[in-house]
Amino acid sequence: MGNLFDRLRGRRDRAKSGHVARERLRLILVHDRTNLSEEQLAQLRDEMIELISKYVDVDRDNVEISVERHQTENWLVANIPLRIDRARRG
Amino acid sequence: MSARVITITSGKGGVGKTTATANIGVALAALGHRVACIDADIGLRNLDVVMGLENRIVYDLVDVVEGRCKLRQAMIKDKRLPELYLIPAAQTRDKTAVSPTDMVRITDKLREDFDFILIDSPAGIERGFRNAVAPADEVVIITNPEVSAVRDADRIIGLIEAEEKGPAMLIINRVKPEMVRRGEMLTVDDVVDVLAIKLLGIVPEDEAVLTSSNRGTPAAMDEHSKAGQAFRNIGRRLTGEDVPFMSLDGGGSILQRFFRMIGGS
Ligand SMILES: Nc1ncnc2c1ncn2[C@@H]1O[C@H](COP(=O)(O)OP(=O)(O)O)[C@@H](O)[C@H]1O
Ligand SMILES: [Mg+2]
Repeated sequence: MGNLFDRLRGRRDRAKSGHVARERLRLILVHDRTNLSEEQLAQLRDEMIELISKYVDVDRDNVEISVERHQTENWLVANIPLRIDRARRG
Repeated sequence: MSARVITITSGKGGVGKTTATANIGVALAALGHRVACIDADIGLRNLDVVMGLENRIVYDLVDVVEGRCKLRQAMIKDKRLPELYLIPAAQTRDKTAVSPTDMVRITDKLREDFDFILIDSPAGIERGFRNAVAPADEVVIITNPEVSAVRDADRIIGLIEAEEKGPAMLIINRVKPEMVRRGEMLTVDDVVDVLAIKLLGIVPEDEAVLTSSNRGTPAAMDEHSKAGQAFRNIGRRLTGEDVPFMSLDGGGSILQRFFRMIGGS
């Protein structure tokens, strides 16, 4: 929560513009390289999370989709962090 | 041996195509290669000014295409170097005055007499870009460490791949080491990671680029310019030499660097 001032300051502290640029670039290139709209991409993301959540507990907020170039191919790459307690599993 | 035709392009305007063409031309010529630079930016001619040859223009590329002069008559020799020539763009015409076939025909005529033919491409992905890329054996994409410039570079790489021009090479221009160090700029690695093409050079932001184009003496002629050094390195890499990338460690005075070191960043 916190007041507006704290939230603004917090946001500025954690997001250096180089990092913001990297994230924005990743998203823009996903759109450019797949030709998918904002809504289509959101839907892809949601359905993918839905499917994988049937089997494992997904940390939804930190799922990250990108399109990477490998030689002449484009790869859709999804980073899907799980909510598995590593310490407890040993 | 026949020349290598190398086109320098970017998508976005103002990222350094003309600067790079002039400086790589100078760098290659200083290594003893025979170099012809062609300004393919019809209507917005610039390369002549950056190279300092604007006062000697009589004929231009469109005059050649339309048969008003022989190719040789449109070639301006840079007297400071043994074998460096410029074919200027027309200033009062538009890009439709030249076709991709014209460009192929002109470069084919030059191939026997040169080692390198460098083509300065206009911005965009329209006719002017297609003119510049049509005769290319190799394409150099130039970008800045900025979201919009990298995005345009990505688009261009896609188009080049579709043309089967062989793998494009990348120059990242106007890198500001101090901003990178503060986390306020895309890093060279960020850009190379997303574009995933071979890195040909990293050119720092350098005032000498402006002062040297004020004077018409490309920075590559200036021993003390960091950007000039970066362009000379690019020239050597193009000839197959394995030159390590310059360290752009944030610059600053020795004292500043020392404090940074003990500060642990
Ligand atoms: N490494 C650099 N450091 C400082 N200024 C630069 C650098 N590279 C290019 N510039 C400046 O940026 C501007 C645009 O460069 P230019 O080569 O004309 O771009 P383009 O041909 O892609 O439109 C020019 O004013 C030039 O002096
Ligand atoms: Mg230009």
